[in-house]
Amino acid sequence: MPAASAPSRSYWAIVWRQLRRDPMALAAASVLLIIVAAAVFAPWLAPADPYKASMIKRLLPIGSAGFLLGTDELGRDLLSRLMYGGRLSLLMGVVPVLAAFGIGTAIGLFAGYVGGKLNMIIMRVLDVFYAFPSVLLAVAISGALGPGMSNSLIALTLVFVPQVVRVAESVTTQVRQLDYIEAARMSGASAFSIIRVHVLGNVLGPVFVYATGLLSVSMILASGLSFLGLGVKPPEPEWGLMLNTLRSAIYSNPWVAALPGLLIFVTSIAFNLLADSVRSAMDIRR
Amino acid sequence: MNTTSPSSPAAEHGGRPQPLLVVRDLKKHFPVRDSGFGGPRKFVHAVDGVNFSVPKGKTLGIVGESGCGKSTTARLVARLMAADAGSLVFDGEGVEEFRGLRLKDFRRKLQMVFQDSFASLNPRLTIAETVAYGPRVHGTPAAEAMRQAHRLLDRVGLEAANFANRYPHELSGGQRQRVNIARALAYDPQLVILDEAVAALDKSVQAQVLNLLQELKAERGLTYLFISHDLHVVHYLSDYVMVMYLGQVIETGPVERIYGHTAHPYTRALLSAVPSMDPAQRTEASPLAGDPPNPINPPSGCRFRDRCPHAQPVCADKTPALAVIRGDAEHFAACHLNDPASGHPAALKESIA
Repeated sequence: MPAASAPSRSYWAIVWRQLRRDPMALAAASVLLIIVAAAVFAPWLAPADPYKASMIKRLLPIGSAGFLLGTDELGRDLLSRLMYGGRLSLLMGVVPVLAAFGIGTAIGLFAGYVGGKLNMIIMRVLDVFYAFPSVLLAVAISGALGPGMSNSLIALTLVFVPQVVRVAESVTTQVRQLDYIEAARMSGASAFSIIRVHVLGNVLGPVFVYATGLLSVSMILASGLSFLGLGVKPPEPEWGLMLNTLRSAIYSNPWVAALPGLLIFVTSIAFNLLADSVRSAMDIRR
Repeated sequence: MNTTSPSSPAAEHGGRPQPLLVVRDLKKHFPVRDSGFGGPRKFVHAVDGVNFSVPKGKTLGIVGESGCGKSTTARLVARLMAADAGSLVFDGEGVEEFRGLRLKDFRRKLQMVFQDSFASLNPRLTIAETVAYGPRVHGTPAAEAMRQAHRLLDRVGLEAANFANRYPHELSGGQRQRVNIARALAYDPQLVILDEAVAALDKSVQAQVLNLLQELKAERGLTYLFISHDLHVVHYLSDYVMVMYLGQVIETGPVERIYGHTAHPYTRALLSAVPSMDPAQRTEASPLAGDPPNPINPPSGCRFRDRCPHAQPVCADKTPALAVIRGDAEHFAACHLNDPASGHPAALKESIA
């Protein structure tokens, strides 16, 4: 947005006001805030050491004395592990999506705005990535780069970039042919200025919503990589990994085993609902 | 008002008598996606050899049915798309070789108002931001550009105090079109292309916007290229009229000559298709049947012959050229009927040359 925008009713002020009035957005944001705060402040909030195992106290049910949410298959306090696990899980969920959002939007804007043959070349190259299922692609890249958390972050980013590019490119192509872009071209402004002022703001909304939808996918893919030994390694707590290791306890202690999955589920839903509210708040033409 | 200095005489090259815009033999052929199995590549002849000039301070109205190449002509003149052939001379300067900074300078002298008032405004910018954008691109400081935008909004009838911070979706169609006009004026242009600028407005709003356009033209010495399919509106606003059919000019001249002494059967048909204000004058039959022919394969000779009530074999053989009508050096039409030497059987009887 140009700096000249009136301070009283700037675009983002309107979006913010809309969001504050949306009960769904407030609820989703509160849930996310609690989860993120619990993860960030885990070292201070966690009741126990997440690595301290005890063979006697294995698989205690929810509500056991001293173990509010029970213990896992090695007798570690599940509440503490879930809080610590949130750090890695959220990181694995957010970082690749943020990176893909930045890179993908840039490529998509460029391809869509330039159009023509160059656009076609870029999109067809990215289509190659589409030929593989996301999981397979993530595993393949991760495997090629070698195990480790940073490598799985890179792998996940590479999986998401083509998807974000596709959305950004298709929206840009639509926006580009609108008359206000022609009018902006009539100003003699540089392509960069036109993209920044006139295209970006109108493309960001749909791409943003799509990207937030990827957050949950990213968390799940990351846990899959961890399970295969390509991502986070035991005994590090991570929700996906915990879900996988607790799977053996599903018959003896189903509620404890389901908790990491429940957290992944709640976090994804909260992200999606918040994204949906932000999208409708960003669409000020109503 | 005086938001910006109206184009001063110093900014004009060559003075008043020199036409502001001269267009010669403009062509644009769009390739049609072929079947993929070879064969000759086909083209839509959207604009096919158009010539015209617009005198300074005058309005040239371009009329014609949908698909006749009016809007393409406008976009070619505005250099929003590249022409395949032809030349543009703007105020004595050739435009084709304009690149980079020169093109940027040219762009501010020529502005455009589009038909779709909503699509032509960025939904994410307040209208003052939209109007201020152009001057900012040309280096006006933000605060000054904003003040100027407020003055322009006031001038086009949108109280800045009340409207400046509104978004396009909060305005009516007529108000949005006023914003579009203000945006064009913010560049202090010499030529404004009005591409169906009032077509989407209802009649009462249309009249207000037309009056505004007339006032602004007088105040700022603007020249208009007014593209429309509404013959009433063209009659009201234009000094000269150019009638297009299938990518070609078939008649052009001063507005009163075109409306009073029509020389081409197509123009005549268009004019008689205009609903009359008088119920007694009601026409029952449509004067023109069918649609214009396919612009991929335009008919040989005269392109209007398929639908022309006077069509003769000669019309298929020979392409009529634009010729002076009744010795009036400003009135041209392209029809064999006006040329006694054309070989058209009705030419001599009905000739008005």
